[in-house]
Amino acid sequence: MKSSVITFPGSNCDRDMDVALKKFGFNNKMVWHNDSELPKSDLIVLPGGFSYGDYLRCGSMASKSKIMQSVINFAKSGGLVMGVCNGFQILVEAGLVPGVLLRNKYLQFICKNVFVKLENKENSYFKNLDKNILEFHIAHNEGNYFCTNDQLKEIEDNNQIALYYCDNEGQINENFNPNGSIKNIAGIFNKNKNVLGMMPHPERMIDQSLSGEDGSLFFKNLINNIR
Amino acid sequence: MLVNQKVAVEHGLKAEEYEKICKLLKRTPNITELGIFSAMWNEHCSYKSSRLHLKKMPTKGKKVIQGPGENAGVIDIEDGDAIVFKIESHNHPSFIEPYQGAATGVGGIMRDVFTMGARPIANLNSIHFGSPQHKKTKNLLRGVVHGIGGYGNCMGVPTIAGQTSFDSSYNGNILVNAMTLGLVKKNKIFYSKAAGLNKPVIYVGSKTGRDGIHGASMASASFDEKIEEKKPTVQVGDPFTEKLLLEACLELMSGDSIIAIQDMGAAGLTSSSIEMASKGNLGIEINLNKVPCRELKMTPYEIMLSESQERMLIVLENGKEELAKKIFDKWNLDFAIIGKTTNTKNIELFFDNKQVANIPVNTLVENSPMYDRKWKKAKLPKKNKLKKEVFTKLKIKNVLQKILSNQNICSKEWIWQQYDHTVMGDTIQKPGGDSGVVRVHGTDKAVAASVDSSAVYCWAHPLTGGKQVVAESWRNLISVGATPTAITNCLNFGSPENEDNMGEFVECVEGISEASEYLDFPVVSGNVSFYNQTKEVGIKPTPSIGGVGLIKNYKKMITMDLKEINNLILVIGKTEGHIDQSLFARTILDEKNGPPPEVNLFNEKNNGESLLSLIEKDYIKSAHDISLGGLLTAISKMCIKGNKGIKFRKLKNLLNKFEYFFAEDQGRYLIEINLKDLVNVKKILDKNSVFHEELGVIIEKEMIIDEKTKLTIDELRSYNTNWLENYMDS
Repeated sequence: MKSSVITFPGSNCDRDMDVALKKFGFNNKMVWHNDSELPKSDLIVLPGGFSYGDYLRCGSMASKSKIMQSVINFAKSGGLVMGVCNGFQILVEAGLVPGVLLRNKYLQFICKNVFVKLENKENSYFKNLDKNILEFHIAHNEGNYFCTNDQLKEIEDNNQIALYYCDNEGQINENFNPNGSIKNIAGIFNKNKNVLGMMPHPERMIDQSLSGEDGSLFFKNLINNIR
Repeated sequence: MLVNQKVAVEHGLKAEEYEKICKLLKRTPNITELGIFSAMWNEHCSYKSSRLHLKKMPTKGKKVIQGPGENAGVIDIEDGDAIVFKIESHNHPSFIEPYQGAATGVGGIMRDVFTMGARPIANLNSIHFGSPQHKKTKNLLRGVVHGIGGYGNCMGVPTIAGQTSFDSSYNGNILVNAMTLGLVKKNKIFYSKAAGLNKPVIYVGSKTGRDGIHGASMASASFDEKIEEKKPTVQVGDPFTEKLLLEACLELMSGDSIIAIQDMGAAGLTSSSIEMASKGNLGIEINLNKVPCRELKMTPYEIMLSESQERMLIVLENGKEELAKKIFDKWNLDFAIIGKTTNTKNIELFFDNKQVANIPVNTLVENSPMYDRKWKKAKLPKKNKLKKEVFTKLKIKNVLQKILSNQNICSKEWIWQQYDHTVMGDTIQKPGGDSGVVRVHGTDKAVAASVDSSAVYCWAHPLTGGKQVVAESWRNLISVGATPTAITNCLNFGSPENEDNMGEFVECVEGISEASEYLDFPVVSGNVSFYNQTKEVGIKPTPSIGGVGLIKNYKKMITMDLKEINNLILVIGKTEGHIDQSLFARTILDEKNGPPPEVNLFNEKNNGESLLSLIEKDYIKSAHDISLGGLLTAISKMCIKGNKGIKFRKLKNLLNKFEYFFAEDQGRYLIEINLKDLVNVKKILDKNSVFHEELGVIIEKEMIIDEKTKLTIDELRSYNTNWLENYMDS
């Protein structure tokens, strides 16, 4: 299985994502933002970091990078595109998933383990996963997901909410909402479920010595689903 | 502008220093030259008050590849790998403008590390604030933490450990010390020594602006009521540009184009160009019209003294200009050939086709002033004789509650959750442990690092305090299973022109040197920050020690959380009941006098090495060193982290229980072992003559000290976790 990770100026989780994808069997290539063509890929990943220093708005300048036109075309043709953290912000700015990501409610960067609940397994990312609650890791300053009421209704009607922040038993409420996201939303799909944007970093949870191993479950399952 | 003694004094030079300049040049300097002298001869850059004493530090060892004198120190971690590391202060700017001051402190130290070819893999910091009640403290803390996070997070380098303290002596002068570790191949280390004639001198990175002019001079003076006016001397950071600069430099360094490289830190273009020339015993010629500027009409004086961030100076091999330019173009960074190396041994500056400065390099470096300042030796204070009555009114539970929620003991999670501590995917011990630990990417090795200081001990008796800080750093590394390798230090003191402050400096350095020599724990880098003082009042002497150690197999790393019910807890090292200068004495008894605990270096070494051998044999399930707050504080933290309790054995010694629980005797650790290993562990400890005793056995979620004194782990946790968050929200 072939994957590509895009490096934007200021990306800083590109290597971590490369390590994770390779660990679970992807043949991964790093792609420079200023290239115009994507290598043949089964999965495109927009990694975390601070593309363009988060200047103007997080993800906004990266969403206009040369490579993004190809990413958009790839997504529109049904290809799998996953954005993590800053990658999610770029997806939002590129209009590939609905909504916006605001500054965290408590106006602080937050780095910690969280639990997330999967609601929708009818997609290539979560299909066949045994667990409904995963322990992931977040590290962001602007992860406060927001959208209009109309958008929210549409998202819910289309089952586009991928992940909710919750507790270890799957309870979803304000106490387990780290950043103020509407409805505790931690990740979201496009209408066709081939594009996934999420704030948590599965690539930081791929080893028992790190924060945990639920990222390993995610990647192992993902490559099996793509096969 | 006419230069005379008055102008020189306004530049922070002493009258006699100005005379020395005129004598060395055999003429009056022009204003640009005077600016250059003032930048090179200030305390921050010249170490004029400290040089004499710093020479005493042990800086050599079989693992030391590079000691002090370069951008950072380098140690060998085997298999062709090396770790580059250093700690540096950014105290003065952080008080004036906490966000930018702290941010650029972090940026500066990372630049020092990647200048040497190393990719930064971990950041640490030691930050000290005034009393929590002081009106500035909260905002300073918030600003500093945001600044450290803002820069480090954007760079994608994990912040893995740190230290935060509050003490009223920092009310007018906070401390912000930032440390970075980088990883490099031993044969790909880059140095700042220029070599060869007519080699192109290249400027890369951000453009030069008017920010930070005289930053180094500002950091070489005390504060007074006009401090607000100093804001323009604080640099403004741009971590995004630094991230690009990091990647571009490492890309260029993968080839063989670079002869020498030096970051533009304190005193900017001035010190970087002069240091490269001085080390290479060469001259350097710069055309200032070629320097990329972000503001119009900058004068030679401003260009030379700007401390704009994210800039580097490189001496390239001839013919490599195009290749290098291509890399910096790719990363959208400025690249300019601004000069060349010469054989004149002078620094020659040109602007608008005129020579605007011509100074022999040696006058700026070797001939810079060096002072043997007067200093006063500190007496060891007399021990307090505590009467039994002082203890009778106290209850263990209340005392423990007060200590666990004390601002200098409580959990600092509110701080470190704002730092990305997991990026790069190799952090295997997060902040909150004895040391932070990161794996050496793609290997079985890991590197542990800790940063420590004990200002109260240093204040009570600088010589003992200096030794203690090194010993504590050593213990913190051993507690995670790392072999202590080397240290970096950041020496934060008041004015060297005050005999008491200078005495504190001299004796702390002596203590540090003695301990680091004895423990074979050499000093490979560091910096000195004097004048942490407002008017006549200086801070408590605060040397920060950044220790680095190696774990050969990261799976053998130890953490402090209690692991398993029915395991035993042992105390290594003898508890003598030293209460003076302990947190207990200060916060419960309100007693501020007396000597700090004695440091017995033989015991430190013996106890530490014995523990390492137990770890090597896989006997140790968890470990924690006993330091501030004493034994009961240490075991409480292990309980909280492991969410398990302990049932204490009956105390068998003659000490009062408060002395036993809260004394801060040195050289002690708590270890968790399996009952079946007890005989073997005891055998090893006895053979090495290490004092040890059984403290108790691990049970479910309760701490049972005796029949009357029981606490749940949730209680302990609530004491320990809430203070900082409540304080910041209040």
